[in-house]
Amino acid sequence: MLKIDNLHASVENKAILKGLDLAVGAGEVHAIMGPNGSGKSTLGHVLAGRPGYTVTAGSAQLLGQDLLTLDTEERAHLGLFLAYQYPVEIPGVSNMEFLKASVDAVREHRNEPALDSVSFMKQAREACKAVNLDQAFLKRGVNEGFSGGEKKRNELMQMMLLAPKLCIMDETDSGLDIDALQVVADGINAMRSPDRSFILVTHYQRLLNFIKPDRVHVLSGGRIVKSGDHSLALELEERGYAWLEDVA
Amino acid sequence: MNDFMQQALAAAARSAPPWLEPLQARGREAWSKTSLPTRKTEAWKYTSLQALQKTFSAAPTQSAGSPLGDVPLPELSGPTLVFTDGHYRADLSTTELPAGLRLVRFADATSDQAERIAAALGSAILPGRHVFAPLNDATLTDGVFMDVPANTRIETPVHIAWLTTGQHESISVTQRLLVCLGENSGATLVESFANTATGGTAFTNGLTELLIGRGAQLNHYRLHLEQGDVVHIGGVHARQEADSVLNGFHLALGSALKRIDLVVNQQGPGAHCAVDGLYLPRGTETVDYHTCIEHAVPHCTSRERFRGIIADEASAVFNGRIHIHPQAQKTRAELSNKNLLTSNKAEINTKPELEIYADDVQCAHGATVAQLDPLTLHYLRTRGVPRDEAEVMLSYGFINELVEAVEQAELQAFLKPLLAHRFARDSRLTRHIL
Ligand SMILES: Nc1ncnc2c1ncn2[C@@H]1O[C@H](COP(=O)(O)OP(=O)(O)OP(=O)(O)O)[C@@H](O)[C@H]1O
Ligand SMILES: [Mg+2]
Repeated sequence: MLKIDNLHASVENKAILKGLDLAVGAGEVHAIMGPNGSGKSTLGHVLAGRPGYTVTAGSAQLLGQDLLTLDTEERAHLGLFLAYQYPVEIPGVSNMEFLKASVDAVREHRNEPALDSVSFMKQAREACKAVNLDQAFLKRGVNEGFSGGEKKRNELMQMMLLAPKLCIMDETDSGLDIDALQVVADGINAMRSPDRSFILVTHYQRLLNFIKPDRVHVLSGGRIVKSGDHSLALELEERGYAWLEDVA
Repeated sequence: MNDFMQQALAAAARSAPPWLEPLQARGREAWSKTSLPTRKTEAWKYTSLQALQKTFSAAPTQSAGSPLGDVPLPELSGPTLVFTDGHYRADLSTTELPAGLRLVRFADATSDQAERIAAALGSAILPGRHVFAPLNDATLTDGVFMDVPANTRIETPVHIAWLTTGQHESISVTQRLLVCLGENSGATLVESFANTATGGTAFTNGLTELLIGRGAQLNHYRLHLEQGDVVHIGGVHARQEADSVLNGFHLALGSALKRIDLVVNQQGPGAHCAVDGLYLPRGTETVDYHTCIEHAVPHCTSRERFRGIIADEASAVFNGRIHIHPQAQKTRAELSNKNLLTSNKAEINTKPELEIYADDVQCAHGATVAQLDPLTLHYLRTRGVPRDEAEVMLSYGFINELVEAVEQAELQAFLKPLLAHRFARDSRLTRHIL
């Protein structure tokens, strides 16, 4: 699914990713943990092609295609989805028209027929329900004035409607109350399938009790410094990061 | 003395109804002492009147014949009066009136009506507050008097369409509307300014006076849709009596130059005005809005929201003055102006001007200038939305709030596609906002 080799990237001439390797197989769930400022969000932004993030060396392939030469929207069409740690507010653009524009664009590139507005509405309402957001959120400006937890659930709703191949979820569990965490975990679990993979960026092993990861990685100083199975997350919870070498 | 209007002044003097002659004469007298503002004049600092440096004349009468082509006009269910190049067009107008409403052309006025019109004309304009008012008076031969008697609520919108045809070179067109709302009456008025073709050049001088009686409510929409070489100098001057409401909506698409002055004079306590405005110049167009709210008495409120999107090498001016007189305690005034520049060569000059002489008031104001936010654009693209469509969605999103607030449903239905297509003709790019 995703193969990253020796990825180096910088932001405003500051090197953040320094030789990152990661391979995620189809249908797998990987968790990435690591100290604040270690480059976890940067990895997601680099893969999504955010302006200002420059790749200086290395490669990243999604489904065998070179991701780094594609435009941002082409990466989305190919099946990449990044749930933001800090979702963006867009006053004046309703959640509904935003979702329809996204879904139409992605379906078009998969050569799937466009959804008529009735079936789209139906799907959107179901997605709302699945993430436990009132339907009124469809009419509001994208993320405009949403609470932190509502923004995270709105990201998940987009992911459900877009049905991506690779979902990178950047701290989607941060700032959620206990019930919302369960809702998000259920949503992710329901989307798991043999041809869809997940990267869960998280600080808390708690999420991983709900969603069992195949692999757990520690990102520190811009590189993956340790990988293991679920037990690594438990160990990190107990011991912190200091015992690992390469911790910045 | 400005001689660019000599022919038009002379023609007007020949063809006015006799009762308008004194007004014309006063206008001529005042205009002869007026010099055209230059960029040294504070209120015209950013807007050059270079375009008026040529000779304009009145257009020949056209009683019928010139078709409207595909001029974009709202289709409203009420009466519509159409003028082309300054001449009334019975063939294009619908004059069936809702009960109670009087809609009189100056040229048709009975002597009683003429007396009322002559007495009221100019009374909403504070002295010296509209440079081009004397010229409008001096060239006035026809206009519209909309009269809503006390306690009469008119539900259907009244539409006045002021059109130019582009068939004549350098014509001057005088447009004048006088609105009187009696006590506790109510009405909706739509004024559209448009050209049916972009040939020729026109100088249009549109002056609207709104006299809003005690407890009355006027919803006034003024749509400036002229394109191309049209120079529009216009003014809306309102006088509000106690507990009256003025809801205004202004739209200016660009043409060579549009300068619109809006002055609201609140003369009675409890008056409220809420004015929204949009200006969208592009190419090398210029739009200049000067607004002024005169809070002259206690317990009045005003709220203004103006948004501009300025593209290419276009420029815009927004000057919002709020004048709270010493006796106007308990005034609440709000003014917000937001601008989006979609090119590096686009220009905006925005200036809130607060003059507050009372102490127990609430006054909030803010002006912003921004470009499309690259991170917001990127966020849309991470969801698969192509860049060009994302740009259109964000531009439309910038004005969407004010479009959604348009209460007249037929008008909103007209405005949405008009504005969306302003940002892209290609329906592939507008399909998700319409
Ligand atoms: N525009 C920028 N200019 C300079 N430094 C930046 C910029 N953007 C990010 N950084 C730096 O890059 C580093 C990595 O940031 P990143 O957001 O990837 O960390 P993270 O691992 O996601 O942290 P957290 O756990 O706090 O979310 C940080 O030190 C951050 O300050
Ligand atoms: Mg982060």
